[in-house]
Amino acid sequence: MGSTVQVTARRVIGVRRRGRTGGSLGDRVYTVVAAGVLGAAVLAIVYPLYFIVVASFSEPDAVNDGRVWAWPEGFTLDGYERLLGDARVWRGIGNSLLYTSLATALSVALILSAGYALSRKDLPGRNLITALFLITLFFDGGMVPRYLVVKDLGLLNTVWAMVLPNAVAVWNLLIARTYFRSAIPGEVREAAQLDGASELRFFFQVVLPLAKPLVAVLVLIHLVWNWNAFFDALIFLTDESKFPLQLVLRNILVQSELSATGNLSSDLASYAEQQRVGELVKYGMIVVSTLPLLIVSPFAQKYLNRGGVAGALKG
Amino acid sequence: MSQVAISRPPGVLRRMGRLWQVYLLVLPALVYLVMFKFWPMYGVQIAFRNYNPVDGFSGSPFVGWQHFERFFGSPQFERVLENTLTLAVVNLLVAFPVPVMLALMVNNLRDGRLRKFVNGVLYSPTFISTVVVVGMMYVLLSPRSGLVNHLVTLFGGEPVLFMGSPEWFRPLFVSSTVWQESGFQLVIYLAALSAIDPALHDAARVDGANTWQRIRHIDVPGILPTVVVLFMLAVGNLMNVSFEKALLMQTPLNRETSQVIQTYVYQAGLQQAQFSYSAAIGLFNSVINLALLVTFHVVVRRARRGQGI
Repeated sequence: MGSTVQVTARRVIGVRRRGRTGGSLGDRVYTVVAAGVLGAAVLAIVYPLYFIVVASFSEPDAVNDGRVWAWPEGFTLDGYERLLGDARVWRGIGNSLLYTSLATALSVALILSAGYALSRKDLPGRNLITALFLITLFFDGGMVPRYLVVKDLGLLNTVWAMVLPNAVAVWNLLIARTYFRSAIPGEVREAAQLDGASELRFFFQVVLPLAKPLVAVLVLIHLVWNWNAFFDALIFLTDESKFPLQLVLRNILVQSELSATGNLSSDLASYAEQQRVGELVKYGMIVVSTLPLLIVSPFAQKYLNRGGVAGALKG
Repeated sequence: MSQVAISRPPGVLRRMGRLWQVYLLVLPALVYLVMFKFWPMYGVQIAFRNYNPVDGFSGSPFVGWQHFERFFGSPQFERVLENTLTLAVVNLLVAFPVPVMLALMVNNLRDGRLRKFVNGVLYSPTFISTVVVVGMMYVLLSPRSGLVNHLVTLFGGEPVLFMGSPEWFRPLFVSSTVWQESGFQLVIYLAALSAIDPALHDAARVDGANTWQRIRHIDVPGILPTVVVLFMLAVGNLMNVSFEKALLMQTPLNRETSQVIQTYVYQAGLQQAQFSYSAAIGLFNSVINLALLVTFHVVVRRARRGQGI
């Protein structure tokens, strides 16, 4: 038993068998250490998430008393029923969908067009313009002036406060610029221009189709960012009907607003009962809000690897 | 005058005119930059004024260093500054090396499917929002009903009030950073490691090097440039250490350690509407950040010249 585990571990961790001795002492120590560390790391991520899923289906008393570890105890869907009966959750999801899609579309459009323009080595002033963007990486006005600007523009409590203030992420602009430099050879452009294509036409008909991997990466990054963002909503929105999902989540999970159970809470017998189910709702909320992203994550990872986000860092 | 004219390639203006459509492409991003980045920078001057909405950024009465003096003289100052620096430095020192080590180990996994699996699991928390991560902490660390305290009592301990103790704030903040953010950096390091020529490893094996030695002499030098770049980025963000998370994790009971400059700015500025006072504190924060960044750039540049990285 022990030796089977060791052999498997050795094969898996990738230390090559040396002769009949089974590797040097150093290699064997490495195998044990690496298996231990990586095993612990995987467990530290998987178990809490797994536990939350299990707990969200369990009888709240069993969870609160610590009787739930690996399997749902007294299966119930109460938490999900209450959570999905909460109008704030649905409104939050709707708002988040709206903000996320608008903000992502705008960001990607601005980054692609500006990134392409700044990748043009024949553009006078491109270094100056790039420098203007780079300045913002080193210094910014801070939270308060930013808030006052958004306020002065009359954007508070509007969709645009969720869309405009973060429209261009400078790092992604630099990634786009690097991408275009290597992906669009100057000869292609000269050929197109000999054929009489204007700059804009060239951008839309030749550059953009060639930039599909870049577009996929940018869309993905911004979708996740925008969906997960909460702070701008916290400072720019006061109207509850405009809150995105993350802000609703924050009020329920972190601020523990018991009205999380929504309109249905009135039929609950007592405060204690409300609190009991309140915990259950929290587990359910975590599952509902996280699951879609975790399901997407393997695909996302594939795109991100292929798009060479890491490669662009070197540029 | 004439020198300038000569050194310039002929017809810059004509070239610019011919490329007007390309300028048009960069224009929207520039408009954004001016409105949402440079205008707030211009607005920083309210740190030296008593801002009121009627007179605006440049018309409000000038008061000089008054707000800074008030902040430096306040009992909050030392604690908030110390909290910020401690949290930032501890967070950097603990959270930065973890993905490097994980990447070296994941990279050495031979079995392709297992490598993909481990990589995918470690990467997945990147997609979980900060709100949910902090929410998970509140739920799992709850003194009455949380998983962790059930474990603590199982082993005969007393339930710990994790989210309500000043001494637990930093450990929890840092470990949740490791939990949530290691995966993203891991992927970057793995990309750098995959660029290392496998022939180097084969040659080292023939020479009798064990795994430790190969990691130490092949993998580590191979990713060092990437480590330096990511470290520079991390230092540049030092003073902004995910203050959103600090804000979410803050409870009245742990404020003693969880109050950092940015959360203080949020409370004084946006919740209590002391715009000028908090803008001054924010400016102080930005200046420290800028100083750190510049210092670090200089140090790195010198080190690079010395070692030829």
